[in-house]
Parts: sequence; structure tokens; C-alpha cells
Amino acid sequence: MQQAVNGLFLGSIYALFALGYTLVFGVLDILNLAHAAVFMLASFVALFLVGRAGMHILLAFPLAVLCAGLVGVVLERVAFRPLRARADSNISGLISSIAMATIFEALALWIWGPNVSRFPFGTIPERQFQLFGAVISRLQLTIIAVAVAIFLLLTWLVTRTRLGREVRAVAESPRASRILGVHVDRVIAWSFFISSALGGAAGVLFGLAFNAIQPDMGRGVELKGLAVIILGGMGSMPGAVLAGFLLGLTEVLVVAYLGASWRDAISFAGLFLILVLRPRGLFGAAALREA
Amino acid sequence: MLTARWASLLVAVALLVTGRARAETVVKIGAALSMTGPAAAYGAQQKAGILAAVEQINRSGALKGMKLEAVVEDDGSTKEQGIAVFQRFINKDKVVAIIGPTLSNTAYATNPLAQAAGVPVVAVSNTAPKGITDIGDYIWRVSLTEGQVIPGALRRLQARLGFKKAGVLYGNDDAFTQAGYNVMKAALEAQGIQTLGTQTFAKPDRDYNAQLTALLGQKPDILVVSALAENAAGIVTQARQLGWQGPVFGGNGFNSPALIKNAGPAAEGVYVGTAWNKVSTDPVNQAYLAAMTARGVDPDQFATQAYVGVMVIAEAIQLSGNKGGRDDIRNGFLKVKELPTPLGRFSFLENRDGSHEPAVQVVKDGKFQIMQ
Repeated sequence: MQQAVNGLFLGSIYALFALGYTLVFGVLDILNLAHAAVFMLASFVALFLVGRAGMHILLAFPLAVLCAGLVGVVLERVAFRPLRARADSNISGLISSIAMATIFEALALWIWGPNVSRFPFGTIPERQFQLFGAVISRLQLTIIAVAVAIFLLLTWLVTRTRLGREVRAVAESPRASRILGVHVDRVIAWSFFISSALGGAAGVLFGLAFNAIQPDMGRGVELKGLAVIILGGMGSMPGAVLAGFLLGLTEVLVVAYLGASWRDAISFAGLFLILVLRPRGLFGAAALREA
Repeated sequence: MLTARWASLLVAVALLVTGRARAETVVKIGAALSMTGPAAAYGAQQKAGILAAVEQINRSGALKGMKLEAVVEDDGSTKEQGIAVFQRFINKDKVVAIIGPTLSNTAYATNPLAQAAGVPVVAVSNTAPKGITDIGDYIWRVSLTEGQVIPGALRRLQARLGFKKAGVLYGNDDAFTQAGYNVMKAALEAQGIQTLGTQTFAKPDRDYNAQLTALLGQKPDILVVSALAENAAGIVTQARQLGWQGPVFGGNGFNSPALIKNAGPAAEGVYVGTAWNKVSTDPVNQAYLAAMTARGVDPDQFATQAYVGVMVIAEAIQLSGNKGGRDDIRNGFLKVKELPTPLGRFSFLENRDGSHEPAVQVVKDGKFQIMQ
């Protein structure tokens, strides 16, 4: 049971991170490889706000997430928009985002140094709860609760609001949407904002969870995030969430019963299997030939 | 005219005399330390120890006509950077001896270079039993190996706490933590302690919940962990979060105040075998503590071992007739016996490892305290 809790906890962070990835992919057909760098930057911003500015985490969290969203907008404007007119915009956007990721990492390295930084003790006060024989800390509960809240918020945003409708329209066909009067550039900017905010949220939660923040902390999650969105189906949000939890649980169980060295091997072997057996992932749309 | 000639003669003699007194040979020692990376917790302390020792020795004038100079470079806790630093020391700076590198893992790659070039290396924090001094006769060691510290420490701890069942966790991607685990496994067996389960992790890992849950589920009396300070802090924190109140026994990687700083209250009840008895009333140790405090440094085991590393080099120079060449220093090492140091009376063993009395310490009230 404890392992289930551990898996749920890890999975919620993966799911949040992957959601951001899949949002941009669904809308733009582009992989934003600077996502992991935004993940890392948000964590540092939250650390700065709590550690240096003495802010309470409840205030620092939304602020850091907001910052992450803004970075996403800048990212879109600088790295993706100028290349959108090109025929190879998928690849060039990808490479451009890698460049931005490198710049962000170097920036973090320059400002905060390569060593591990930590949140001050008591950022989230220690308390343990018993749940069906498993021990769960206040920190873990908070993280899972925040993740679930964000999922619900996002679902409401996408299905019930006008912006959400516009995002889905652009995802289906930017040209048709533009003809129907949707301000496509603005919708794309919003998508990046939301996507990076999600990645940033995952980053802050990850930083709080494991209290080891350093400029290259995005590297570990980057590949896992890709695995999750492929597993869940690229462009599918419920897929990303489910796959995120699935990966978290799998990792935890593999470590507990097979040994930590097998963890990544099994995760990626599983991914490989999915790609072979069901390439579109759990919830992905089957490839359509567009007229 | 006679006066003028006398005057110029006097001036010439004066210049000659003062000139000779000022002409000291500079003896360059290279220090390859981990200032960044997973072992960064140790590097800063080591640097402080080395610089303090160099200053003390130069000030005391023990090496007549010679001045020690330490060149400190960051080995990044990686083999690649360590190799680059060693090559620079050997070929560009032309040092007469090298102290370091911080990690045994790095040393496996860098020390063969020094051995081939005939540059003596003093390991001050490598504690993997095999693969350090066996590289060759230019590699010497001040730090006690895990094999010299862990069995005795575990025995004393069992006598004190009486545990019978252990859960073991170690890092399997680092030479030091792997070697430490091998020593722990042998020691646990030798003392009849049952190992209920063994789990592993890698240096970049941050989440140990799965491994700890698996180990704690089997209800051990003690957790035995072989890890570097960075991972150790995370492991101890998460173990406490999972509800583990019992003792944790760690290897040399735990021997850093960085553990206490990063794990906070979770570090209470961690036991570590240590090479340095900080509260020893030995006058050499007390003098060392005073000197470090005067420099604004609160030294840990790593600072002290690095300090002794420089002491040993200076002693070797003196023992070989005040000669500071690479081979002179190596030959001098052969003669170091019962040197009074803050670690105790230090001697080199025949296999070039160090030897002195170790101790056991426990984290209590936010500080390392020697277990009497």
C-alpha cells in the first residue's frame, strides 16, 4: 500500500509535467524541448521567493507558476513564432527550443551555481498521516492534492471556456480556425503560457518533494516526460495524466521488487513495447490522412 | 677613496647576504578537489585544510629555504575533469606532489597518470579499500579505508545498541559506495547480523521512497547505508518521512556537516565511523582546532585529513634531507612513522595506506558527537 502511495506521488509530478508537453504538441505539432528547463527555472524562482524573499509557499507557488507561464510566452515569441512560416517548422522549432533550454540552464548555472540548493526547513511543516497502513507525509498529500486540483482546473478550462474551445479548434486545424475568426497567434501564446505554467508547477512540486534543486534537474524528468506523452498518446490530455500515474507506479514497483538498476530499463522497454504494439498510445488519435 | 671602496664592498656583501636569504625554492603541491558535483560537500573543507596547513608550515619555517605553495583545482567529481586537472598539474604546473582527488571513483582514473609520470599522490579522502594504493608505489594514502573503519565501528555500535537485523541500501554506480557496501556486507556477516533486504540507487537519483519502503517493510532494527553526502541527506530525510525512527549507520560519505545541514532534524540518530576524533584532548589536535577557528573554519574530518596530507608531505621533505623533488618526497614517505597529527600518531603502512586510531560518532542535537 505504501508503494502505491509512493507511486501516486511520483506519478502526479510526471503527469503534470507531461500535460504541459502534450498541450503544446497537440496544438502545434511541435515538441517543446525547453519544457524541462522551464520546470527547473520555476523551481529556482520558488526557492528564491521562499528562501530569500521570505515568502510563504502558498504565495510563492502561484507566483512561480505565473513566472513559468510568462517564460513560456517569451519562449514561443522568440523560439517558435519566427520559424512558423517555414516548411520545416516542426524540426526547426524543436532545435530552437533545445537552444533555449541550453540558454536557460546556463542562466540558472550562472545565477545559482552548480551545487544543490534546498528549500529552508519547515517550508511545508512536517506531519505524518496514516492511510490504510501506509504513511503519507503532509508534503506528499499536498503535492498530490495540488496536482489533482490543477488537473481539474485544466479540464474545466479546456472544455468549458471559450479559450479552451479555441485551443481545441487550433489543435484541429489552424487554418480553419483562422478563417472562422479565431486569433490563432494569441491562442498559441496562451497554450504556451498554460503549458509552461504546468511544467513550472511540476518543477516547484518536484523541488519541494525531493528538496534537491540544481540547474540540471530537468534532465532526469525530460525523457520520462516524453515517454509519458508517447504512452498516453501525443496530444491527449487524459492520456498524459493516466500515463504519468502509470509510469510513477511502475517505477516504484520495479525498484521495490526488481532493484533500482532495472527502473529505467523497464520503463523504456515498456515504452518501446507500446510503440510497437500500439503506436498511437493509450488515448492517441489514430493517424488521419488529411485531405 | 678607501672609504668608498669599503662602502661599495659592504653594500655588495649586504646585497649578497639578503639576496640569498630571499632566494627560497617554491615547492608546488597540486590539489585536485571536488568543488562541484556530487562530492562538492567535501571539497570546500579539504581546501580549507590544505591552505591552513600550507600557511602554518611556511610560517613555522620548518622547511628551511623552501616555501610550500598549493595550487587548487576543481575535479568536478568526475573522472574526465579529474584527468584534465592531473595532466595540468603534472605537465604544466610541474608540481612535486598531488593531494586528492576527492573521490575514489575519480582516483581510479587519475592516479595511474601520476604513477606513470612519477609524481607522488597523497589520497586524503579516498576510502575504497582496493584500487588506490595498489596502483603503484607513488600512490600514498592518509585517509583510513572503509575496511579500516567500518568493522570496528559496527562492532562497537552493536555492543552499544544490540541490533540483530539490518536493511541495507547502497549506491551501485560509484566505486566508493560500492566498496563501502562490500565492507559493510562482510562486517554484518562476521558479526552475525541478519541482512533482511538489500536495495540500490544511483547518484543522480532523488527519490528513494520505493527502496526505503521495501526495506522498512521487513522491520529491521537498523538501516545500513553506503552513500555520498548528497544522497545520504535525501535518504535519511525520506526514511524519517516514512516513519523510521531507528538508527542509521553510514559509511564515510556521511562524515560531513553537509549531511546535518541538508537533512536537518532527520539526521538525528545517524551513526558513522570516523577517522577523526574531534574532541580528542591531544595537544596537537587542540592546537589544530585553535588554528582553524582562528581562520574562521569549523573543520570536519575531510579538512583534517587534507591538513594532515600537507603535513605528511612536509615531513617527507624533511626526512629526505630537506629536498623537495618528486622522488625525494616519495622516499621520504617511506620513513614517516608516528608523526604527531590532529588525527593521532600517523604512520604509513607497508602497502602505503595510512594508519591511526579511528572513532565512532553520532548526530545528536544537530552536531556530530563522538560516541565514547
